[in-house]
Amino acid sequence: MKKKQRSLIVLEIFGILLGLVWLSPFYLMIVNSFKDPRGIFSNVLTPPSELNVSNYQQAFEDLEFVRSFFNSLLITGASVIIIILFSSMAGYALARNKSKLSNALLLLFVAAMLIPFQSVMIPLTSNFGQIGMLNRLGLILMYLGFGCSLSIFLYHGAMTGISVTLDEAARMDGATKFQIFWRIIFPLLKPISVTVAILNVIWIWNDYLLPSLVLGNNSQTIPIRMFYFFGQYTKQWHLALAGLTIAIIPVIIFYFTSQKQIVEGVAEGALK
Amino acid sequence: MRNKELTFWLFITPVLLSLSLVVIVPVIMGLFYSFTNWDGLTITEFVGFSHYQRLLGDEQFIQSLWFTVRFSIASIILLNVIGLGLAMLVTSKLKSKNILRTVFFMPNLIGGLILGFIWQFIFIRVFAAVGEFIGVEALQVWLATPTTGFWGIVILTVWQMAGYIMIIYIAYLQGVPKELLESAEIDGATPFQKFRHVIFPLIAPAFTVTMFLTLSNSFKIYDQNLSLTGGGPFNSTQMVAMNIVDTAFSGNQMAYGQSKAIVFFIIVALISLTQVYYNKKREVDL
Repeated sequence: MKKKQRSLIVLEIFGILLGLVWLSPFYLMIVNSFKDPRGIFSNVLTPPSELNVSNYQQAFEDLEFVRSFFNSLLITGASVIIIILFSSMAGYALARNKSKLSNALLLLFVAAMLIPFQSVMIPLTSNFGQIGMLNRLGLILMYLGFGCSLSIFLYHGAMTGISVTLDEAARMDGATKFQIFWRIIFPLLKPISVTVAILNVIWIWNDYLLPSLVLGNNSQTIPIRMFYFFGQYTKQWHLALAGLTIAIIPVIIFYFTSQKQIVEGVAEGALK
Repeated sequence: MRNKELTFWLFITPVLLSLSLVVIVPVIMGLFYSFTNWDGLTITEFVGFSHYQRLLGDEQFIQSLWFTVRFSIASIILLNVIGLGLAMLVTSKLKSKNILRTVFFMPNLIGGLILGFIWQFIFIRVFAAVGEFIGVEALQVWLATPTTGFWGIVILTVWQMAGYIMIIYIAYLQGVPKELLESAEIDGATPFQKFRHVIFPLIAPAFTVTMFLTLSNSFKIYDQNLSLTGGGPFNSTQMVAMNIVDTAFSGNQMAYGQSKAIVFFIIVALISLTQVYYNKKREVDL
């Protein structure tokens, strides 16, 4: 028993060390973001001798952080809301209507997941450009198209756990299909809605390639703004690192406020 | 009856329409464009398979494809070994297991573009400083050679995605019945024997899941590639996705870029279909 306890302590120390190694990129980013160029050059590993907040002031302004943050928030929020609304409706309709047609439609949505973004992006951006939709509205519509497949699949799976007798009882009481769905079924789908929301938030918030092809200069998201910002400050690491730290803060806050749901949601999305 | 059908279509139409506009129509048009001289706006002639023929002799494309394959193999192996290791660590009796789980998963939530920039700093400034201090030259020119650039992207991807793979393995590890492990212990099995003969066979299905997840993810990588090395030095670390984007949008060769995109689609679809096939086969075997 002694031996077992000792090996557990060794494992504990190993685990903590590994955790520190895992966090070291963030540590290096943060400590160097407070230094001046000379401080980074002379000693890159140690904490800063004084807290140089001016890096953050300049990075915050040059990133136009308030604007790019609200842009990201608007695009991600609107996309996720319509993905949830329309995918849950479709998942419900496909699950309740048991016909060859709905099987075929479900298969179509699942098959669409096989198509990688890069293989449609050229005609897609050209088409949307021709109808003048290379803007935020067009981008949100694209996110619905790319995000609905997995979401419908998850909702369809969740519907199997909700008895048809609920629908029938409500219909007896004279409810329409819309009322049945929104008043009875949709609230029951809440756990899967959380999963759908999390999976899509993570993906859309961080997406770079699609918004970089769609959006003009006036409506940049955090990743796009970060890309230009970084290009502007190559070799000026003190500013670049302050900018990167600012860009990460919203994600870290999101992670610590809803960690349990995030981890469960990601596991659920991967295993289905 | 008609009313019922109408509501069915009302519920389906928004997603069906957006999927068609965003995925189905572009993929069909893309296939068509790849046989023409489309320049993004107009088509003046059909060129048959000539883009595809040119592609076979396109050294940069072949090189980026080969780079992507090598990258995928390296990251699949490392991700599975490390992801399983982490999963076993955080499902053990450690006091720090919950906080470790949080830490290992954290990079996964941050975008590849931002993580690539952070690691660019580490490889260029931190590795150089450490390399200078201990006198190892390879560390001082990290990202400046094709080999170190390759391992740079592998390290970044493994660090980012290992927590994700860990989560999948955790789900399977939690499915291993406690009684089995206890009876193995009573029979005097060593920890290694316990892993080899009890745990490993039970979590083997997870390997199929994670392998294909990593495979299709590594094939589609773009952001990390762009922000860490930008494809350099001299396009030696360029991956397929970046090659397609560059051909179409920087090189302005829309139709040719699209033919690469079609080849890319076929490769990714074959990988995913193989996965579906194996999953189905496994379900039947069970």
